[in-house]
Amino acid sequence: MAIKITAPLTRAMARQLKAGDSCLISGVIYTARDAAHKRLCERIAADQPLPLDLKDCIIYFVGPTPAKPDEAIGSAGPTTSYRMDAYSPDLIRLGQTGMIGKGKRGPEVIEAMKEHGAVYFGAIGGCGALLSKCIKKAEVIAYEDLGAEAIRRLEVEDFPVVVVIDSAGNNLYETGPQAYLKNNK
Amino acid sequence: MRTIDALDITNTVKKLCMEANCFLSGDIKNRIEKARCEESWPQAKEILGHIVNNYEIAEQKNQPICQDTGVACVFLKIGQEVHIEGDINEAVHEGVRQGYAEGYLRKSVVADPLNRVNTGDNTPAMIYIDLVPGDQIEITVAPKGFGSENMSQIAMLRPSDGVLGVKEFVKRVVLEAGPNPCPPIVVGVGIGGTFDKAALFAKKALLRPVDVPNETPFYAELEKELLEEINALGIGPQGFGGKTTALAVNIEYFPTHIAGLPVAVNINCHVTRHRTEVI
Repeated sequence: MAIKITAPLTRAMARQLKAGDSCLISGVIYTARDAAHKRLCERIAADQPLPLDLKDCIIYFVGPTPAKPDEAIGSAGPTTSYRMDAYSPDLIRLGQTGMIGKGKRGPEVIEAMKEHGAVYFGAIGGCGALLSKCIKKAEVIAYEDLGAEAIRRLEVEDFPVVVVIDSAGNNLYETGPQAYLKNNK
Repeated sequence: MRTIDALDITNTVKKLCMEANCFLSGDIKNRIEKARCEESWPQAKEILGHIVNNYEIAEQKNQPICQDTGVACVFLKIGQEVHIEGDINEAVHEGVRQGYAEGYLRKSVVADPLNRVNTGDNTPAMIYIDLVPGDQIEITVAPKGFGSENMSQIAMLRPSDGVLGVKEFVKRVVLEAGPNPCPPIVVGVGIGGTFDKAALFAKKALLRPVDVPNETPFYAELEKELLEEINALGIGPQGFGGKTTALAVNIEYFPTHIAGLPVAVNINCHVTRHRTEVI
């Protein structure tokens, strides 16, 4: 049974989620990928205000395809997360509680997640058409010049994810294949 | 000598860009369906079901299967008897420009790898030209996503490393990639040639339908063995565990130097897209 969660996501709620949990996210999340993360962290380093409130915020690593005239957004599946490893610890320290992406994360990110209480969700990579159906509204709020990489505010409904790494550092990318192989012996 | 207007190339490239991004080919769909039936691990089976749903939605809505609509790799086999009226490279770029605009496809190309400003129209295409006998042009558009491209590797092995060395390298690349390239993946392997040729053959291997084995029985057997060994690694769909780590291994080989054994591995995700037309 999937756990229904609401975004923004509190630290207390983030700490309750365990690696392997299937979740359905509803509420407001933000998009950012490589170029937007770089800009956010440059602003943090320069002590300048940010275009979004990081407190309890879930960031979805995605660069969607352009929306057709009658649609909220185009295809919108996750991008590979390790490219954000250099930036995520700073954002977690400032209040971010959730990340949605796919693929491995580095030890520096996992340490920050454990210290501050944040989770890393995986959405199904390569399923951008399917996932776009759960995005009801999308609005560019910063860095429009970046095109697909601009920061968007998304309203999502029952957006399906799996907790890949929880706030205790448990990692489904390690335990999942191990369990399968053990079962298959 | 047959004259082909560059405009025909533009129109074909444009159409192929849009089709390739929204319609997955039958050979890949069959492999995914088959994997879903054979997968014993419940979460893996469920994910494969979502993947099927996804390409069906894309097909019905004429929507990109994946948001990474790739860099446009365009392969041209040009007949020696063809005279092209106009600039062939510009004709291809224009086709990509139009296809990515009209097809609502993502523009994912930066003009300079270090200064990183988006070109805004997904050009330039990566163009590969082969001259062949005949008076036609075969055009293949293969949009390549970079989640999987980034997980590709090349090795200059020693001849003494042999078949075992090649297998170990390919499996190491797949294992190191783990969940990153959106498994289940298609593994393109280029063996032989030179440093650059091996990489090119690895990419060309991804263009061959996954239900067509290598023509040479020895390499067809190697494809089969590698697929089995990769699917024993346990990575599974999305890296959450399971049997289905790869849908296929396609190998292309080429003569090489007495001192060398180049091996390149080009990884593609389950959205292995390519579309071909002859004009």
